[in-house]
Order: sequence, then structure tokens, then C-alpha cells
Amino acid sequence: MALLRISSPHTQRAGHRTSWVMQMVILATLPGIAVQTWLFGWGTLINVMIASIAALLCEAAILSIRRRSVAFFLKDYSALLTAVLLGVALPPTVPWWVTVTAVSFAIIFAKQLYGGLGNNPFNPAMVGYAIVLVSFPVPMSQWLGVQSIVASGESLSFLQSLQAIFHHLPNIDGYTMATPLDGFKNKDLVDSATAFQTIEALQSASINSWLWVNMAYLVGGVGLLWLRIITWHTPVAVLGALLIMAGVFHLFDMSNTATPLFHLTTGAAMFGAFFIATDPVSSCTSNRGKLIYGAGIGILIYIIRTWGGYPDGVAFAVLLMNFSAPLIDYYTQPRTYGHKKAKKGLKIGEDN
Amino acid sequence: MQTPQIFSFHGGIHPEENKAQSLQLPLGRPRLPSELILPLGQHIGQSSRPLVKVGDHVLKGETIAINNGFLSSCLHAPTSGTITAIEERAIAHPSGLNDLCLILEPDGKEEWTTLNPLTEWQSNDKTDVLAYLAKMGIVGMGGAGFPTQVKLQGAHKNALKYFIVNAAECEPYITADDMLIREKTQELISGIEILQHLVNADQVVIGIEDNKPTAIASLNALLSEQNSPIQVAVVPTKYPSGGEKQLIQLLTGEEVPSGQYPADIGVLCQNVGTCVAVHDAIHYGKPLISRFTTLTGDALKAPQNVDVLLGTPVAHLLEYAESQHNNLHRLVMGGPMMGYTLDSAAVPIVKTSNCILAATKKELPPPAPEQACIRCGMCEQACPANLLPQQLLWFSKSQEHEKAEHYNLFDCIECGACSYVCPSSIPLVQYYRHTKSAIREAREANIKADLAKQRFEARKARQDAEAAEREAKRLARQKATPAKSTTSKAAPSPSKAAPTPAAPISDEAKKLKVDVVIGKTKLKKAQKLLLEAQENEHLEDIKTLQLQVTEQETQLALLEEQLSKLTPVAAPVQTTPSAQSKPAVNDELKKAKIDVALIGVKLKKLNKQLEETPDDQELKGKITNFEIDLKAAQATVDKLGSASTASTAPKAAISDDLKKLKIDTAIAKAAVKKVEKALQKAEEIQAPEVDAIRQQLKEAQQRADELEKALANPQSTDAKTVSTPAQNSPDADAEKKRKIDLAIAKAGIKKAEKNITLLKEQGKNDAEITASEWPKKLTEAQEKLAALEKESTPAITPKVEAAVPANADADKKRKIDLAIAKAGIKKAEKNIALLKEQGKNEAEITESEWPKKLAEAQEKLSALEATDGNTTQKATQELPESKTDSATNDLANKIKKQKIAAAKAQINKLTKRLDNEPEVADSIQQEIAATRQKQEDAEALLAQLTHSKETTQENH
Ligand code: SF4
Ligand code: SF4
Repeated sequence: MALLRISSPHTQRAGHRTSWVMQMVILATLPGIAVQTWLFGWGTLINVMIASIAALLCEAAILSIRRRSVAFFLKDYSALLTAVLLGVALPPTVPWWVTVTAVSFAIIFAKQLYGGLGNNPFNPAMVGYAIVLVSFPVPMSQWLGVQSIVASGESLSFLQSLQAIFHHLPNIDGYTMATPLDGFKNKDLVDSATAFQTIEALQSASINSWLWVNMAYLVGGVGLLWLRIITWHTPVAVLGALLIMAGVFHLFDMSNTATPLFHLTTGAAMFGAFFIATDPVSSCTSNRGKLIYGAGIGILIYIIRTWGGYPDGVAFAVLLMNFSAPLIDYYTQPRTYGHKKAKKGLKIGEDN
Repeated sequence: MQTPQIFSFHGGIHPEENKAQSLQLPLGRPRLPSELILPLGQHIGQSSRPLVKVGDHVLKGETIAINNGFLSSCLHAPTSGTITAIEERAIAHPSGLNDLCLILEPDGKEEWTTLNPLTEWQSNDKTDVLAYLAKMGIVGMGGAGFPTQVKLQGAHKNALKYFIVNAAECEPYITADDMLIREKTQELISGIEILQHLVNADQVVIGIEDNKPTAIASLNALLSEQNSPIQVAVVPTKYPSGGEKQLIQLLTGEEVPSGQYPADIGVLCQNVGTCVAVHDAIHYGKPLISRFTTLTGDALKAPQNVDVLLGTPVAHLLEYAESQHNNLHRLVMGGPMMGYTLDSAAVPIVKTSNCILAATKKELPPPAPEQACIRCGMCEQACPANLLPQQLLWFSKSQEHEKAEHYNLFDCIECGACSYVCPSSIPLVQYYRHTKSAIREAREANIKADLAKQRFEARKARQDAEAAEREAKRLARQKATPAKSTTSKAAPSPSKAAPTPAAPISDEAKKLKVDVVIGKTKLKKAQKLLLEAQENEHLEDIKTLQLQVTEQETQLALLEEQLSKLTPVAAPVQTTPSAQSKPAVNDELKKAKIDVALIGVKLKKLNKQLEETPDDQELKGKITNFEIDLKAAQATVDKLGSASTASTAPKAAISDDLKKLKIDTAIAKAAVKKVEKALQKAEEIQAPEVDAIRQQLKEAQQRADELEKALANPQSTDAKTVSTPAQNSPDADAEKKRKIDLAIAKAGIKKAEKNITLLKEQGKNDAEITASEWPKKLTEAQEKLAALEKESTPAITPKVEAAVPANADADKKRKIDLAIAKAGIKKAEKNIALLKEQGKNEAEITESEWPKKLAEAQEKLSALEATDGNTTQKATQELPESKTDSATNDLANKIKKQKIAAAKAQINKLTKRLDNEPEVADSIQQEIAATRQKQEDAEALLAQLTHSKETTQENH
């Protein structure tokens, strides 16, 4: 009988491993994926598949180059999570090579080259997304519309989706449509009220479809909160800041801005707040830090949507806040037990 | 009885409680084991000092070891029987260390010694009650084993608002306190009342987790029946609510400031076990000899709580609880969150063992492989200290110690909540422990470097001063020469020339004096801090402070020596000008008169003492000494009185003679020094002329002595020119001689030792070494040294300070013996280490005579230390022991430095290895911990020494 000698604690919370965390986040995207498939056809699912395969291959390749145990690290599900997040974020009919580019960039450059899981300063999925958004603007802006409004009157079948992704679908124009954010962005000089009446993408059917998508991600996000995988701080801060920004500017200029509700329920608002901004590795550590970090993202989303060059701003907002996360961390250390006030910055030697 | 308000603390976790298993069976009482193993260090602080010898028969409850200083405790025989050995045994310690244990073989009769309950505790003085508790060996039974009387004393620092009784028992599996409350409710309450009587807090609250409904009910029932003001605060079950700081936050809403203690915010915490022990001690007179311990885990068929005698081997208990050895995978002392694994079941139950967890592999599976930190923040949400564990991990891994400290690493209570929740299975606590010790080590090194710098600066200042002095002398000589050649011109009076050389000297003396004063205040401050640290159990600080104190002391001693060298030189120069001699004489007269008065008073006091204890030889000796002194002082007064009326002329003549004599003396001394140097050199090269040179040296010394004597005589007949420091010079001379002899003896020892090590290095085995003549020589030299110290001391003592009673001598001798014994220990240890290095296995080592020798030497040491304590207590009030103190400190310093250095070297080696071979990290970590423990032991030894010093000071 050889007795084991290790230091305390001798017990661990059963079952709650890193892989479990990742799996749960992936599972939490399922409602969103389901709604997207229901509304926009099989494209999203196919994207997720492509992205997953590409991600696992890239991860395995790099791990073997870095002489790490491939099986051990693949089992942490982190690459798969990145792939799933990218798969649902990309437009459903985006050509396969766009997906592969985004994923391989995310895994190889944004994650592994920084040292792998836990060491990446930027959210890998958003790095991949931003790269293809900048590089291939045209396919990236082709979103499908709901069947009731688009010209063809139906959503893409599974085969059509495959064709659109891997080859070329000649009559794709009959299925695509601008997203509400896109539509609002390009309303040019018309005031909001007219825009909501005239522009196709801003009709209630289109807006409602995105409302559904956002609600689905909200459900998934609440599930994560309930499992205590994420804390409420980041999502609440993101959505709260977005709400306040939209609300304040809407009060000042009713005629040219959209309502706060519109901002919260279109685009990637919920998805970003619950699934992207909460990526633990690249966000802030302390609860106060998370509030500031989330608020920054919310504000930036509004700024980019309203005055920036892109209809939605989640990816860039998150990346920009990733930059400042370490700084925020330094200034938002929690007050440790027995200390009168929290420490600030990194000045060594000062004590309180 | 109102229900107190409950607050909450940040974080915390809810591990599976697993408490039901051990509550199925009623309280068990295992039969007597075949032997009881009683470690001497069952508490925080210095180990107890054994009072028994091997072979002694002891009765149940008899004191077998007493406290060894302020922060220490007593130990009692848990049953009647015979002491069969006093030896190193494996003890329950995180690092798997061995420690000195008393082995007691029970005779099965359970014969109690006479018990003396403290029935008058309510009317007795509180300090007496505290002393009684100390005598009963009561220590904190919940955690670290902090001596209760010390904690209670500390509680008076601030007005005590809360007296909290910790019954939370938040660790999974453990139910010992639960069972204790159920079984001994009445005793617990009465114990709490005694403690409350002692500390008189505004509120008394029992904090208990809500998972012990039976215990809560019985407490409530009894309290309401007695209409007691004691409150029961039921806190929600959440680990670690039983942590002292967390429980305080739960019950008071206040936080213990970082780096401070509960007493600082008016809170005192005691464990329920301690309260019951207090009750048993006060009401029944029973010392702490047993405790409640939980035996649990899936490897036991009959998990239960037992009332077990201290010293019972764990193996005995496992057998009692029907352990299935094949399933036993991990043996943990304490709970699964903060307990530590045991290597073997041979270790004994001690005062702080609350649980033995015999776990199967399924129950506590080996930790999953560590993954990367995903910064998920779960650790942070769980941390009760509100730290950022993930950041601490990051800094620990990258060895950014300053940043780790900045992120309050030292506020981590090592509760393990973060590791528990970490999804990446990172052993966070292990990282923190490692980093903490690395930081502590670095701090200590820093302090050492600072001291070295200070020493260097002091030496430089000294050298500068010396250079200035030489320069001044040169200038004076230059001035004197032209003065002689131009006598026709208005002859400059010699009194004018004289002050010039005197000035720098007295300047330097002044500077030195200031230095000495500064040094003394520094020393005092450091000592005070040290005392405080010891009281407050700042274990880390004690080390560093100790270091500071000893350094300061050596420095001070150095300064004083210099000063005493300087002053005699300065004094005659100052007194040369005849104009100044009169006031000096008057001063002298005054001083002498005061001396007479003082000595008279002392004499009277001593006489009175003598009346009380007519056959105290020591006192008598002292009295005669005083009488002689008194006579001498009277004579001085008479002489001074007549001298002050006499003319100044003869004085000048005498002072001339004096000058000549002094010059002669100086020459003789220089000769002595030269010969000494030659001797040293000769010794170094082992030249055959050593003996001849030695002869020369002796002659030279004799000459110097004679001269000194001659010098001393006119001084005493003509006391006017002799200021008090000047009287020191003959003594200083004798001392020098003694020192030289000592140095010779010491050099001899060193040589012998060197030779022995040389032989060892050459691969000779022990037998050969013993056969060679060196060990014999070594012992001879050591004997000689001891003899020298002995004989030289009495020679000076009466001269230096007549007031020093004869027992200072004995003191010194004892200290020398102590040093020798310690040297013996060191030698034995070294040899053992050597054998180990040579690859001999343990059996061979045990067979060789060294371990035995080591044990012997240690025994001797402890015996000596015991006498040390006794004699110091005897020392009378007017005994200024500064000299012996510094000796002790030198000794302590030396021992400490060597031991610590060795330990450190090993740690460094291990850490290096750790870097190279990460796969064996665990075992190396443990080794490191073991070594560190050794280092701590060394420090404990040091603390012991310091303590003996303290007692002497207190006796003044
Ligand atoms: S719980 Fe573990 S993985 Fe999560 S942040 Fe803390 S250390 Fe990192
Ligand atoms: S071990 Fe230290 S860092 Fe971890 S939870 Fe406990 S106090 Fe916090």
C-alpha cells in the first residue's frame, strides 16, 4: 500500500473541468443555432461543421509542431468552441474558404502563436471574424432574409445551402437581403420614421427574425449564468451601456436614431454580450473590471454602429477592449480581506 | 437569549460534507496502545523541555515536559507507565519530518497522579489562572496549537468586544467538535464561562454551522435552562466559515486587518475543544492528555469519533476502526481541504489532530493533470480572502514575486477553495506556498545584505577616524619640533600643545559614544519588536528580527570595545594639564563617595538576605566581596580627600613616572602582539618552532603584565589622575591574555577539526579517523579551552566588576559547556550527513555510533539548558550580564547561521533540480518543505537561546 503524498486540498469539485466549461458554452449556443437554421436555412449548421473540422485540424497541426500532447489539448474543447462561435457569427452562405480562413487565423495566429489556451490576449473568434470582414467584405455582408420577405419567398434548402457555400448559387440574390442594421446604416438622409416604413430590411418581419435570434442567445446566456460559468457583470454591462447610449442619443435626436430596443435586439448584441465578451481569457478578471470592460464594449458597439464604417461593431468593440483589459485589471483589483482599500495599478511597495 | 446577527463573507464553496459516516457510531474509546509517542513540539513555538529520563516511571497526568519559554507549552503523561526512550520519531507534519519524542510504555494501571483542581479560580488572580492553564498544557485544539495562555494574554491588548467560540467545523468529513458538543455540552459551557471570566468580553458567541442540528439543540437547551448570556450564532454551511478570519467576519461583520490579529479588533477566538480542556483542567485538575478525533474515510469499516489519548499511533486507531489496508490510498491528517497527507500510520495523535481521513482511491482520486488557466474566474468567486487567485498563479509561475506580493499573496489563508473549484485542476495552493516561502527567503537575504552594508559602513567610518587621528598626531609632532628649537621665543606652554592631540581622540571617543548610544537604542527597539513578534506569533518576522538583534548586538559590542580602548588613552591626556586636576580630583572624590554609599546599601541588603537564608554560600561570597570593595572605596575616598588638599607639584612628578611606565607598557604590549602574530603564522604552517614562540609569548606577556601592574600601582596610590575607565586597563590586559590563550586553544581545535575533515575527504572511514590521533587532540583542545575559560574568568571577575557575583562565572562555564555540547551535536550531524552522502543506507547509519552520539549530545544540551534556566533564575537583581548575553548571542548567531545556511543550500539545490526535472516536482517540493522545516527548527533553537537571555534580563 503506497500512500499518496500530495498537498492540500485533497478534493476537487467533481466533473467541473475545463472541458466541461467549454462544452457547456457550446451547448448554450444551441438555441441560437436552432433559430438561425429555422430562419435562414442550413447554412449556419454547415458553417459550424466546416469551422469545427478546420479548427481541430489547425489545432492538432500546431500542437504537434509545438510538441504538445495533441489528444490532451484537443479534449479541452476550446478549439471547438472557437469554431462554433465563428460558425454562427459568419453569414450562412459565406463561401467555405472564408470560414476556413477565419478559423485557421483564429486558431493559429490568435491562439496558438501566443502560447495556446489561456495565453491569448485577444478573443480568437473575433480576430478571425475581423480578418475576413476586412478582407472579404462582399460575401461577409450577404445575409439571408426571412422567407416571407425575400424575392424567392422561401429559405434555402440543404442542397442549395451546400451549393452556395462550396460552389456558387446563381439565384442567391433571390434569397439574400440586408440585415436591419445594414438597412438602417444605409438609410442615407431619410429620417428614421421614413426609413422604418420604406426600407425593406427594416420591416417588422425582418426585425422580428433578428429579435428571435437575439432572444435565443439570451436564453443560452441565461443558462450559462445559471451554471455559474459566466457572471452577470460582463453581459449586463455590455447591454446596459448599449441601452444607455442608444437611449440618450435617441432622446436627443428622435428623427435620426433608432430606438434602444432596436439596438438590443438586432445584430449580434445578445450573442456578443453573452458569448463573445465573456470569453474569460481575454477579458478582465475582477468583477469591477468586468463591469468596466463590458461597458466599454457596449459603448463601442453603439459608436461603431452609428458613426463607424460597419453596420455592426461587436467584433471590433471586443477587440479594442481586449487591448485595454490588462490596464483595467490593474486598476480594478478587488479589496482583499483585511485591507482598507483596494490596491491600484502596479506600483510595487506601496501598501494599504 | 437573543439571536445574534449573521453577516457573510466573500466566496466560499460547498464541498460534499461527508459528515454522516463518522456520526453513525457512538463515541469510541480505543484501548491502550502498546506505546504512546509524545512529540515535544505539539504546539506553535518552542518545543517543550523533557523533565523525565529514560526508565522513569510516570503516573497518568504527571508533567513530563515543561514549557521552554514564552511561546511554549507543557506536556503530561497520558497514562501511567515507563519512559522507554527519548528519540526522534516520525510525527504528523506536512513535511513528514521527524521530531524528538518521549516514548511511553503504558503499564495498564492508569494510575493518576494527584490532581489539584483550581477551585478558587473565580477569586484567584487572573494571571495565576493563566499560569495554571499553561501548566496544564492547554493549547488551541482547532488549528495550529497556539498556547492558550499566550492567546488569552494577547486578548487584553484592546478592549475585548467579542469572545467567539469556534464550533463551525467547516471542513468536510470532520465531526469531532460536533461530537464533543453533544457529549460534553455542560463542560463546554462551563469552560466558556471560565474563559469569559478571564477575558471579560462584551459578548460571548458560539459560532456553529447549521449542519449540526443536534449539537445546536443541546447547546440551546442548556443555555436557556441556565439563562446564560452566551449566544449561539448558527451560520450557513459554507467552507471555510470555520476559518478564524471568516468566522469573525460572519459573526461581527468586521475584518481582521491584514497583518494583524483578532485581538487588534477586540476579538478572541477559541475552539470548543480548548474550552472543554480548560474546564477539565480547572474543575478536575486534569491536564490536556486526550482529545476527540474523527476517524473516517471509506477505507474504514467502522468510521467514528474516538476519545483518544495523545500519543496514540494512528495505526492503532486505524486498526480500531477496522481499516481495510488494501483500499487505503491516501491517509490524511485533518480534513480534505487543509489536511496533509501522512507517509505512514506510525505517527501519533497530537493535541491538534482533529481527524484521520483514510480515503480510498475512489473517494479522493489522484488529481487530474493540470491544464492551462483559462482565467474563468471561478477561483476568484470562491476565494474567501477576495484575492485574484488567477493573477497570483500567473505571478507565481513567472516568479514575479513583487507583483504577487502586490496582489496580496500573503493574505491567502491557503484554504484551498480556489484549487477546489479550478476547472483546470491547477494546484493553486501549492504554487502559493512555494512562492510565499521563496519571498520569505528573499526577504531574509535582503536583511542580511543590509546588515552587511551597515557593517561595512561602520568599519569605513572607523578607519577614517583612525586615519584622522594619525594625521592629527603627525601634525602635533610637527608642531612640537619647531617649538623646541625656538625656546627663546615666548615658550609655548605644554598645556597648549597637549590638547591638540587629545582633541581628535576625545572627538573620536565622543563619536564612538554616540554610536554606542545609537546602537543601544536600536538594539532596544529591535528587541522590543522581537518580543512583540514572539508574542503575536509573527513567525516569519521572528527570524528576521532575531537576525537584526544579534547583528546589532555584535556591532554594539564592537563599538564598546573600541570605546573602552580609546578612553584610557584619552583620559591621561586630558588630565595632564595640572590646572584640570583639581576639579577632576573633586569629581573623583564625589564618585568614590557615592560608590561607598552604594556599596554600603548593597551590603545591607545582602546581609538582610543572608539573615533569611543563613547558609547561602553564594550570598556570603558576595558579601565578602562587597566588604572588600567597600574598604577599597573608603580608602580611595580618604586618599582623595588628602590629595585634594595637597599641592599640585608631586602630582606632576608622579604623572611623569606614569607616562614612562605607560610607554613601557605599550612597548611590551606591542611585543606581545608581534609574538602573537608570529605564533599564529607558525601555527598556520605547523612549524616546529611553535612551542618556542609560545614560550616567548608567555614571557612577553609576563613582562607586559608586570609593567601593567607597576602602572596600576602608582595609579591606585595616586588616584587623582586615574579616572574610572583607566582602572580598566589592567583588567583589559588580563582579559587580553586570556583571550590569547583562548585563541590558541581555539586555533588548536580548528586545526584538529580541519584535519579530521581532511581525513574524511580523503575517504578514510570512521574507524581510521577515530584511530588517528586527531579526534583525541580535538577533545583535548576542547577540554583545554573549557578549562581556560574557567580559570581565566575568576581571575578577572573581581577586578572588572567587583559587584559581579561568583555565579556569573558558573554561568559562563555552563555556557561554554553548552557551546561544546552544541559543537558535539553539530559534529555528529555532520558525520551523519557525510555517511548519507557516501551512500550508506539508513540501517548502516543507525548502526554507526553517530546517531547515538547525536542523541547523547542533544540530551546533554537540554540538560545544560535546564541548568541554564535554573541558575539564571537564581541570579540576583544587580547582576549586569551584558557580557554573557553577548556570548550567548554570538553562539546563537553562529549556530543559526550555519544551520540555516546548510538548509538554504539544500533548498537551493532542490529548487534547481526542480527546474531541471519538472516531472518529479512533487517529491522535490516535499523535500524542500522538509528542508525548510529544518531551517525553522534551527530558528526555534535560536529562539530558545534568546529566551534564556530574556529571562536573565527579566531577573535584573
Ligand atoms: S479557476 Fe483555475 S482556470 Fe479558472 S481562473 Fe482560476 S486558476 Fe484559472
Ligand atoms: S487558498 Fe488562498 S487564494 Fe485560494 S481561495 Fe483560499 S485564500 Fe483564496
